[in-house]
Amino acid sequence: MSKKLLLEKAHIEGIKSYPVYRREGGYVSVEKALKMKPEEIVEEVKVSGLRGRGGAGFPTGMKWSFLAKPEGVPRYLVCNADESEPGTFKDRYLMEFIPHLLIEGMIASSYALGCNSSYIYIRGEYHWIADILEEAIQEAKDNGWLGDNIQGSGFSCNVYVQRGAGAYICGEETALLESLEGKRGNPRIKPPFPAVKGLWDCPTVVNNVETIAAVVPIINQGGAAYASIGVGKSTGTKLISACGNINKPGVYEIDMTISVEEFIFSDTYCGGIPNGKRLKACIPGGSSVPILPANLLLTTAKGEKRMMNYESLADGGFATGTMMGSGGFIVLDEDQCIVKHTYTLARFYRHESCGQCSPCREGTGWMEKILWNIEQGKGKMSDIDLLWDIQRKIEGNTICPLGDAAAWPVAAAIRHFRDEFEWHVNNPDLCTLQNYGLAHYADPVYVPAT
Amino acid sequence: MAELNKKISVTIDNITVEVEPGTTILQAARLVGGDVTPPAMCYYSKLEGSGGKCRTCLVEVAAGSTADPRPMPKLVASCRTTVMDGMVVKNITSERVMDARNGVVEFLLINHPLDCPICDQAGECHLQDLSYEHGTAGTRYQFARRTFTREDIGPYIQLHMTRCILCYRCVMVGEQVAEQRVHGVVDRGDHAAISTFISKAIDNDFSGNMIDVCPVGALTDRTFRFKNRVWFTKPMDAHRNCENPKCCGKVTLWMRGEEVYRVTARKDPWGEVQSYDGKPGWICNTCRFEKKKASDWTVEGLTTISRHSVIGANKYEEMVMPQETIQKVMGGLEPRKLMNIHSISDVNDPDITLSELPGPAHSVDFDRANSINNQIPENPGDAERHNKQMINKTQG
Repeated sequence: MSKKLLLEKAHIEGIKSYPVYRREGGYVSVEKALKMKPEEIVEEVKVSGLRGRGGAGFPTGMKWSFLAKPEGVPRYLVCNADESEPGTFKDRYLMEFIPHLLIEGMIASSYALGCNSSYIYIRGEYHWIADILEEAIQEAKDNGWLGDNIQGSGFSCNVYVQRGAGAYICGEETALLESLEGKRGNPRIKPPFPAVKGLWDCPTVVNNVETIAAVVPIINQGGAAYASIGVGKSTGTKLISACGNINKPGVYEIDMTISVEEFIFSDTYCGGIPNGKRLKACIPGGSSVPILPANLLLTTAKGEKRMMNYESLADGGFATGTMMGSGGFIVLDEDQCIVKHTYTLARFYRHESCGQCSPCREGTGWMEKILWNIEQGKGKMSDIDLLWDIQRKIEGNTICPLGDAAAWPVAAAIRHFRDEFEWHVNNPDLCTLQNYGLAHYADPVYVPAT
Repeated sequence: MAELNKKISVTIDNITVEVEPGTTILQAARLVGGDVTPPAMCYYSKLEGSGGKCRTCLVEVAAGSTADPRPMPKLVASCRTTVMDGMVVKNITSERVMDARNGVVEFLLINHPLDCPICDQAGECHLQDLSYEHGTAGTRYQFARRTFTREDIGPYIQLHMTRCILCYRCVMVGEQVAEQRVHGVVDRGDHAAISTFISKAIDNDFSGNMIDVCPVGALTDRTFRFKNRVWFTKPMDAHRNCENPKCCGKVTLWMRGEEVYRVTARKDPWGEVQSYDGKPGWICNTCRFEKKKASDWTVEGLTTISRHSVIGANKYEEMVMPQETIQKVMGGLEPRKLMNIHSISDVNDPDITLSELPGPAHSVDFDRANSINNQIPENPGDAERHNKQMINKTQG
């Protein structure tokens, strides 16, 4: 079992309440941070090699150092808790079971960035978690960790919880800021980036829940100690929310040194595939990242074992690799239909497109309709090439990454499972009754190490 | 200060131009003019915050600047990207750009009704121009198109949402020109729609400018609906002393004979309203909808038309032909020749000067037997074209 930093104390009885959290060493990082200079904290985060946990994996320390600091203009820290990526539920777990960790991280990060008002933008569907967070904020305020002159340091900070209204697009940082300002959640055109012109045109840092929570152990242990966990540029621990056809779905904290094979089949983690079925495919980082067939998932194209970290998962680019993404680990067994699965994702992206730019607005709906036709046995062979062409014309040509996120799953499904699409076209009657099955995608039957 | 005023140079399709710092790539390309200017469906220089949405103006940045000559990995929206000193931009010389633009046009058209024959915008529609230029002959879309019911969103404007390409220009007019926005975009994704909370709610002195900024036929003039086709009307510049201080009073009258069919603001070569003393020449609803008699106006003369469009194809006096840069940057190739329909269609015959006709044009005016055959070509170019037409005629 690898080392835990974030969820270590999540199962202690009553950890949600302030007295227990404080007794277990909570808010120590804030005490320590307030004695440091803000630049020193930013430096520690840089040393730690912490990468954004929301999906893109951008180095957090670098993001923080880009924050413009003009005189007389407030700066804002916004926590992105609009966790809407299908398959991802790690932030929910963290906020639901150990809310004070996020609040603690928010205070320490706000101090490091010099923000006196910070916001947690939480998706509307997590209404009960918003209540939990608000309760935690109140407790922190009552005990002098929030408000004016925190612990006599002279630093004042308030944290506010803002509920979203159920839009996936509001997880995109600029759309989130628009929504936070009370406007329609349309992504902004970049540049200017939020670090220069963000919330109410002021410099803003937008970070994922897990990223902000990870600041707590970084301050407690020091950046170098955090960087010593993990491998290469994938430092620290990562929360993975595993779901799909596995025996033990749930949120796991891994230190990024284990292999994908171990993660799926070992009893410490997912516990293998239920009902004696075999692994067909997996989306390792939330619905937006490319799907991989079992053979490419477990070993890279070079023949190396694929590990659960940023570099190894991305090995081979999009041709034979995928992405770490947000850590929404979706496992598909041999009974799953890739076409139907891709259709479900395409339907999701069509529904969630904001409708601002034309390739995404029109392209996502078109892809959904074609995929529905193929799934229903009404597809033509040319539809597969058409799908490929549509996704190619969406990718990279949109305002925000939602266009890419809609295009990648379709591209990867066709790239790796083209014969399944062709089977659907060639067997229009059969494809509504049965699945294509495993075919040649399967891994060698897994034999547990003795 | 000298540093601030220093001009910077940007190269677009091998043509270098000097511009002020802070200029966008699109505006720099408009200074060059001609074919290297990317099309823009949503960008409107007179509306703050417009642009970036339609993605037709995507260009490739082959070198970011002299200081940092790395290329930009993605295509960028030229309307919202500012130029840097030494930037190298590829527009029509980049296959990637043409391919992406082709895709965008296809996306814009899959849910567009293509009802040009009954659309009032036909002839001056930017989407029409764009699809002639970058679209394909057929569609690969095999599904039912998205439709909406027509809606009157005020006493003068009809909203035809089915035709809308969601450029957000009219929303910005509502915010920035009409001062009070009572309409906006509702819903999201491919079911997003322009709408008002209550039908017929738009009642503002400057709401008519929404019709002018609409690149397609989604917002049409109810006082002009189905009255005429734009290419049968003659545009005349006119002005009047408007009581409204914000109205510039300078307009284009679209006349047929002595009758004023429509009044619009004057447009610049890019289809935007013209600026006077740096201020956009928006016109008020009184000028646009109420003053429909020639006697209301002081007519200045024929409007100078200078665009590649169906209206431009009718040879008006003083018509300014757009600069042809495509040959220059494409190494002498003439791709436009393929779509030159002038010699095929009688209606678009460049040898017929519509503006010289006293009244409306009738089919007899397009009769070659009466016009071309009896005219002696004056210059060598005309003679060549004349001969070609005669050959076409005999072959046909």
